[in-house]
Amino acid sequence: MNTGQLLVKIEKIVIQGRSDEQWLPIINSVDLHLNRGEVLGLIGESGAGKSTLGLAAMGFARDGCRIVSGTVEFDGIDLISADAQTKRSLLGSRIAYVAQSAAASFNPAHKIINQHTEAPIQHGISSRPESEKDAIELYRRLRLPTPDEIGFRYPHQVSGGQLQRAMTAMAMSCRPDLIIFDEPTTALDVTTQIEVLAAIRDIVKQFNTAAIYITHDLAVVAQMADRIKVLLKGDEVEESGTDSMLKDPKEDYTKSLWAVRSFTREEKPLASKEEMPVVRVRNVTAAYAKIPVLHDVSFDIHASRTVAVVGESGSGKSTVARCITGLLKPSQGSIEFDGVPLPADYRQRTVEQLKQAQMIYQMADTALNPRKRIREIIGRPVEFYLGLRGRKKEERVRELLDQIELDPDQFIDRLPSELSGGQKQRIGIARALAADPKFIICDEVTSALDQLVAEGILKLLARLQDSLGLAYMFITHDLATVRAISDEVVVMKDGRVVEAGGKTAMFTPPHHEYTSLLLSSVPEMDPNWLTELLEQRGVDNIGDAAIDRMNQA
Amino acid sequence: MDAFLWYLSWAVAIGIFGWVFRFVGQKVQWPSDKLNVYFRDMPLMVGIGFVFGLVILYVVFHYYFIDKSTFFRWAVQGFVIFAITSWLFLALGKHVGTQATRKVFRQMPLTAAFGILIIIIYAIMSIFAGVIAPYGQEEIFEKINVLPGGDPALGGDPRFPLGTDQLGRDLLSRLIYGGQNTVGIAFVTTILAFLIGTTFGFLAATLSGWFDQAVSRVVDALMAIPQLIFALLLLTIATAWAGSNKELITVYMIVIIAVLDSTRVFRLARAVGFNIVVMDYIEAAKLRGENLSYLIFREILPNAYAPLLAEFGLRFCFVFLTIAALSFLGIGIQPPLADWGTMVRDLAQFINFAQFSPHTAALPLMAAGAIALLTVAVNFVVDWMLHKSSGLKD
Repeated sequence: MNTGQLLVKIEKIVIQGRSDEQWLPIINSVDLHLNRGEVLGLIGESGAGKSTLGLAAMGFARDGCRIVSGTVEFDGIDLISADAQTKRSLLGSRIAYVAQSAAASFNPAHKIINQHTEAPIQHGISSRPESEKDAIELYRRLRLPTPDEIGFRYPHQVSGGQLQRAMTAMAMSCRPDLIIFDEPTTALDVTTQIEVLAAIRDIVKQFNTAAIYITHDLAVVAQMADRIKVLLKGDEVEESGTDSMLKDPKEDYTKSLWAVRSFTREEKPLASKEEMPVVRVRNVTAAYAKIPVLHDVSFDIHASRTVAVVGESGSGKSTVARCITGLLKPSQGSIEFDGVPLPADYRQRTVEQLKQAQMIYQMADTALNPRKRIREIIGRPVEFYLGLRGRKKEERVRELLDQIELDPDQFIDRLPSELSGGQKQRIGIARALAADPKFIICDEVTSALDQLVAEGILKLLARLQDSLGLAYMFITHDLATVRAISDEVVVMKDGRVVEAGGKTAMFTPPHHEYTSLLLSSVPEMDPNWLTELLEQRGVDNIGDAAIDRMNQA
Repeated sequence: MDAFLWYLSWAVAIGIFGWVFRFVGQKVQWPSDKLNVYFRDMPLMVGIGFVFGLVILYVVFHYYFIDKSTFFRWAVQGFVIFAITSWLFLALGKHVGTQATRKVFRQMPLTAAFGILIIIIYAIMSIFAGVIAPYGQEEIFEKINVLPGGDPALGGDPRFPLGTDQLGRDLLSRLIYGGQNTVGIAFVTTILAFLIGTTFGFLAATLSGWFDQAVSRVVDALMAIPQLIFALLLLTIATAWAGSNKELITVYMIVIIAVLDSTRVFRLARAVGFNIVVMDYIEAAKLRGENLSYLIFREILPNAYAPLLAEFGLRFCFVFLTIAALSFLGIGIQPPLADWGTMVRDLAQFINFAQFSPHTAALPLMAAGAIALLTVAVNFVVDWMLHKSSGLKD
C-alpha cells in the first residue's frame, strides 16, 4: 500500500444535534484530511464534538444528529450521498470502529471469536476456519495471554484491558483502511492502559492502517498520533504535527490545555509524631461477605494535610473509605477520630461524629438527588447539623455557594440537571462543607471531569484546606492528581498498603516494585515516552503481565 | 385448504406489487431530490407495506360503502370523529395555556391527546353525573326495552336517546351514573393499593434483609393464587359476613381488590426502590444520619414518580376491569346502583339479535364500549408517559 495517498477528506462539515425542540450546532464547518497509514489524534473536552466528527468520517450521524452540509469522501467515495448498500459494504470491512467501553460493545451472549469472525464472513472476505485462524494470529500480535484459547471465552470471562485489545483485533479482522478509536483506554487503569496503547500502536503500524484516535488525554495522544487536531465546542482550534504541537502550541486554548498538568502545591512538612491525627486507621481488616478485601491497613491523617490513597481498581482504596464512614464493619481493627475510637457501624455514631467526617463522590451525577434544588441539597445538612432555619439557613447556603465560586442568585434554585459536570462537583463539595466538618473523603472527585475543570476543582479544594484547616483523604488512581495536591501518599495493592510516606519521598526512587510500575505507567507528554519505556522495561514487563510476574515472585 | 391457497396468493401478489412499486419508484426521475434518495434507499418491506396499506384501504372502503356493515360503519365513524376531536384538542393545547403546557402539547403524540381528552370527559361525566344525567339511576319508566337511536320507527323513543333496559330504566342515565360508581370505586381502590404497595415496597428496598424477605414471601404467596378466583373466594366470604348491608360489601370489595393489587405495586416499588437506594445521594443521606421516613419520602419517592405514575394508569385499568368482571358475575357493585359490568351482564342476551337488528345488539355494547374506551385511553396516556420518562434518562 502506498503511504501518503489521501484516504479521508472531510470538508466544511456542519453537524447539528436536536435538543429541546431545536437544532443546535455540534460541529461548525471543520475540515479533516487523513492520509493512508497516518494516525490523527482528535482532542478536546467533553462536548467538543470529537466523537461526532469521528463518526462523521464513517458518513454516519448518531440518532438525533444530522449532517447539514459539507462533504465526506473516503477513498474517493462520497459517503454523504452514498446509498445504504455502498455504505454497508464499506463499514466493518474497510472502516472499523473501536468504542470506549469494550465491555458494553461486545454481545455478552456470544463467544469473542464468534463475534470476531462475523464481519469477515458477512463481507465474504474469508471463511469461518480461515477467519478463526486469523483471529488467533491477531490475538498473538496484540500480546493477549493464551491467544489460542482466549477467543473461545465469553466477554465477561476476560479482563477489561484484554477485552479492549480483543476489540481492536476485531476491528482489524477485515484489514480495514481506517480505524476510528473512540477513547479506547479512558475506562482502564494506568497499568492496563499502557498495554493496550502499546498493542494498538504496534498493530496499526504493522498493517499500515490509518486511524483517527479520539481522546481527552494529551499524554496518550502524544504517544499515538502523527498529527493532532484540537477541537473546542465544535470549532477547530489548531492542527499540526505531534512534535511541533507539543513544543510550540499556537493558540491560547491549546496552551492552557498543556499547562493544566503544571498545577502543584508545596508539600507541607510531615506532622510530628506527638500530634494527634484527625483520623487514624488502625490495623483494619475487612471483607465483603466472605471475600477478604482489606488486610491490616493502617495510616494517619492529620489536620490541614492531604493523604492520597493510590491504587488500581480492586485495590481496596474505596473500601477503606467505606470503613471510615462506617458503611462497612471491619472484622478487625478500628477507626479513631481525634483519638476516640468510632463505632464501627454508622448507625451507632452520634450526629456530632457523623458531622465531622464528610464525603465527596466520584460521580456527581449520582451523588446529587436529581429532583432537588441546590437550595435544598446544600440547605439540608445546614439545617440538620447546625440547626439553622429560615433566613439564617438561606444566608449560610449563599455563603457556601460563594465559597465554591458559584453565584448564589444564579444557582440557588437550579436542579442538578441544569449544571455542568464541574458545577455539580462543586455542589458536592458545598454539601460536604455545609456540615462544617474537620475531615473530608474525596473519592476520585476529578476522574470524571475534563482536565481544565478538574484543575479548577483541585485548586478550590486546596484553597478550602488552607482557609478551613481541613484534613483530606484523597482517593485516586491518577498520579498527576496525587502530584498536584497531596502531602502524603499511601499506595495500595490487593487490600494491603504497599508503601506510604511523604510525597517527595514517594516520587523519588527507590520504590517498591509495584509503585515503580504505577509511576512508570503514567503517560508523559514526551512523544517518545512509550517507545523508551518499552525499551527500558521490555514489552512483557508492563501492565497485567508485570503484575502477574510480581505476584508470582 | 382453499382458504390457505387464497391467502397465499394474496400474500404473493402483495409481495410482487411491493417490489414493482419500489422498482418503478427507483426508475422514475422525481422532481425533488429527497424523493429520489428515499426510493433508492427503500427496503423491500417498506414497498410491500405501501401496497399492503392500499389493500387495507380498499377493504375498509368495501365494507363501508358496498357491504354497508352497520357495526363496521359505526366503528369507522367513531374512529374518524375521535381522531378529529383529539386533533382539535391537541391544536387547542398548542395555542392556549402557559409556555410550559404549550410545550408539553407540542411534544405530545395524537394518541396521548386522545387519551387525555377521553379521561377528562370521563372525569367530568363521573363527577357531575347528578347534573348531567337526564333521570335518576334508579328511576323506572313504563316503557321497557326501548331501543337506542330515538327513532320511533325503529323501536326508539326520543325521550330515551340510548333506550331503556328490561326494567324500564333510562340507559343514558345509568351509563353516566355507572361511570361514577365504577370509575370512582376503581380510583379509590387503586389509590389504596398504591398506598399499601409503595410503602411496603420502599421499606423493603431501604431496610432489605429479613424485612424484605418476609414481605416478599408473603407477596409471592398472594400472587401465586389466580387473582380473579382469589378475589371471588374472599368476596364470597365477605358477603356472608356483611349480610344484607350492601355498602359494607362494597367496602370489603375495595379492600380485597386493593390488597390483591398492591402485591403488583409492591413488586414494582421494590424494584424501583432498589435502583434508587444504591445511588450515592442515598448513601450521603444515610451517612448524614437521616431517619427512615426522610429517606423514603424526601429522597426515594421523588425519583420514583415516573414509573409509579405509569403503573398507576395501568393498575387503574386492571382494577377497573376486575370490578366490572366481579359485577358481571353478580358479586361486585350491588343493584340498584348502576355499573357497567352489571349493565353488560343484564343486557348480554341482546347480542344474539345482532344480525336482524343492530340497534338491539347495541344495548350491551354501550357499556362494554365505555369500558373499552377508557382502558384504551388510559393505556395511550401511560405509553406516552413511559416514553417520556425513559427519554429523559440520558
